[in-house]
Amino acid sequence: MTIATDPPKESFRLSMLINDTRYRSYTFQAIAVLALIVIFSILGNNLAQNLAAAGLNISYEFLGDPAGYDINQQPIPYDSQSTHMRASIVGALNTLIVAFLACVTATIFGVIAGVLRLSNNWIISKLMSLYVEAFRNVPVLIWIIIIFTVTANVFPQPRDFRGDNPTASMVGDAVAFTNRGVYVPKPVFEAGGWIVVAVFLASIAGIFLWRRYARKVLFDTGRIVPVFLPSLAIFFVPALLAYFILGRPIGLEYPELRGFNFQGGLTIRGSLIALWFALAIYTGAFIAENVRAGILAVSKGQTEAAAALGLRSGRIMNLVILPQALRVIIPPLISQYLNITKNSSLAIAVGYMDLTGTLGGITLNQTGRAIESVLLLMLFYLTFSLTISALMNVYNNSIKLKER
Amino acid sequence: MSDTHAQTVAFVRHTEIPPAPPPPGQTGAVKWMRENLFSGPFNTIMTLLGVYIVYTLVVGIFPWIANGVWGVDNIRECREITQGNGGACFAVIEQRWQQLLFGFEYPSSEYWRPTFAFVLLFVAVAPVLFLNLPRIMLAFTGIYPFLAYFLIWGGTILIPITALLGFVVGYFAFRRLERNSFAAGLFGAVAAALITWWVTGFLVQAAPNFLALPEVASRNMGGFMLNMILGTVCVSLSLPIGIALALGRQSHMPIIKWICVIFIEFIRGVPLITLLFVANVVLAYFFPPETSLDLILRVIIMITMFSSAYIAEVIRGGLAALPRGQYEAADSLGLDYAQATRLIIMPQALKISIPGIVNVAVGLFKDTTLVSVISMFDLVGMIRGPILSSTDWAGVYWELWAFASVLFFVVCYGISQYSQWLERKLQTGHR
Repeated sequence: MTIATDPPKESFRLSMLINDTRYRSYTFQAIAVLALIVIFSILGNNLAQNLAAAGLNISYEFLGDPAGYDINQQPIPYDSQSTHMRASIVGALNTLIVAFLACVTATIFGVIAGVLRLSNNWIISKLMSLYVEAFRNVPVLIWIIIIFTVTANVFPQPRDFRGDNPTASMVGDAVAFTNRGVYVPKPVFEAGGWIVVAVFLASIAGIFLWRRYARKVLFDTGRIVPVFLPSLAIFFVPALLAYFILGRPIGLEYPELRGFNFQGGLTIRGSLIALWFALAIYTGAFIAENVRAGILAVSKGQTEAAAALGLRSGRIMNLVILPQALRVIIPPLISQYLNITKNSSLAIAVGYMDLTGTLGGITLNQTGRAIESVLLLMLFYLTFSLTISALMNVYNNSIKLKER
Repeated sequence: MSDTHAQTVAFVRHTEIPPAPPPPGQTGAVKWMRENLFSGPFNTIMTLLGVYIVYTLVVGIFPWIANGVWGVDNIRECREITQGNGGACFAVIEQRWQQLLFGFEYPSSEYWRPTFAFVLLFVAVAPVLFLNLPRIMLAFTGIYPFLAYFLIWGGTILIPITALLGFVVGYFAFRRLERNSFAAGLFGAVAAALITWWVTGFLVQAAPNFLALPEVASRNMGGFMLNMILGTVCVSLSLPIGIALALGRQSHMPIIKWICVIFIEFIRGVPLITLLFVANVVLAYFFPPETSLDLILRVIIMITMFSSAYIAEVIRGGLAALPRGQYEAADSLGLDYAQATRLIIMPQALKISIPGIVNVAVGLFKDTTLVSVISMFDLVGMIRGPILSSTDWAGVYWELWAFASVLFFVVCYGISQYSQWLERKLQTGHR
């Protein structure tokens, strides 16, 4: 005969804080919080003592003072009398400019190299492996400096373009590669120029609408509406029409050799080129690997199944392979974009005035506000990264395989 | 009957003829080229383009290497010899290899020490990398950090020995107390180690020159040696911290989880260069006023934080990839958290995350060149600073950067090949 007894009702004892798993986690967390408070108070105390000893305080008032230094690439108006705040904004814009350019170029390089590495052509696939391995395994800083050296030492000097027998010549009379930078024509907007741009943007929106319409017709009636040629037409025709009807409101200002240097046009400085191409080529090698992995991740059965359904090879690629490969490719691609943005801080090595060069470089050295500057610098990159990651998570959840 | 047959048919073959060889277009090199190089018009164009690229590369690089100049003293003599034939000035590497490898202040009579430490590094990591080597070699791996410190920094041998002694005492204290509980073992070990160091500290003070090598200050470290030191030290330190962070991020305790999440996301969200700025100009504010940590130590602290956040994310991936059943099986055996983690979870999770860890290690090793931005003279810093600005060698860019690229390429490519080999080897069917 068994007697069922209730388990003894224990009252809370102090030792349960250690021995009972129900309470132990509270103990550990309390210890963690306590340790954190102790560490932070020690660090804060040291900071206060050191600052007091150096006669400093934490203050962001220096951001309102005139910066007093020049920035060689100004997306927004800036002169040496502008504030440190404005210098930082110019720097941040420069960071975004180089990051954007490098992201676009790296994607192009990466996709081309990744696809070609899977090519049946032996020599091409080997060349692409060579590219990927050579660029992946050498620090990006070395690549940046090497390309900067090329722009500064291999490109001809502006004076080589002068004279009756110039040793250098402009490419198509429009682009000049010099050791002071690359000079390209600059678009000049006259009255009505913006209308052309607006029409162009509207026609891009129109392409998306047309594609959506084509898809809707396909799903509703089964009739295939052509997409490629109409898209091409929508892309070019309205903008060109507007351009000529309005009397060519967008002109180009060509760079010209005047005096010792080129005048007019748009200057792309050597430091921007170095940073841009080094980041693009370096990250392109990583993206190539991601693309290759993404394409290999789609099993061969998918292609065969699509072929068995009677799809043609173009449609197999568009409707079956790419959607599945992109699911694998895009998350690492975005993290490569974040890497580009973070690596663009290496600009300081070649004197490109990005945020690290302005706020973390000259402003920091001039004002001596190390803690404040570095904190702001980190905050900028952190905000940028976390925003992109948050968007990324939303995207990942939306394309996640809805299994079971 | 057979006679008639023989007469009506003029010729009957009695022996089998040997098989004819396939047409020349279907065998060997020709077939291979047809299939792999010229299978269509597009492919043919690509092949010609590829051949052209290879041709330009070879034509560009070959004279540069073949006409290379060795054994001159400065760039002017070098230019005189090459006379525009496109040859390289490899003499700069011959002249300055000590600076490129060891920095310009490491005493040249002591070069054998870092070299010896570098050779021993291979012996130390071999049992970690190749699992079929005898396990007893792991003992040397344990001793190696202290030995390497003694070799590279010098000073009395008592410092690394007492440091090692502290760890050994701590280990035995852990083994002794672990039977009660894991936490008791851990705290006991830390206490025992601290007591040992405190006691033996007097011994070091009493005999500061016992078996001493000439001391080399941290600020004299430079060249590729500095990259190697930063890379190996930071990766090995960040492994345990990364494991702890990954476990913390997976923990059910919200406060500990959030501490780890904030740390990891913060570090991963900022560029390494800002962390190096912290090491250079900010970190000193957070230490007590009288202490003065040298720059290399501050940099090691920040790079270790940086890489441990990345390694934590890799290991978290490994933990997440483990089937739920492994955790449940460990629980149903009655193992507590420490035992389950140590005996069941971690060995499998680490195995899954090895390729990722190797990637982080390679990336980190390449990123050690960033210290040149905060004016430390690592390989890149040496080239940009003392060598390219010297009057003898100003203008010898390609040779020096090629040398640096080759050094990094050899190390990084070697490590990534190892990782791929290991991945193939560890593929046991389940992931």
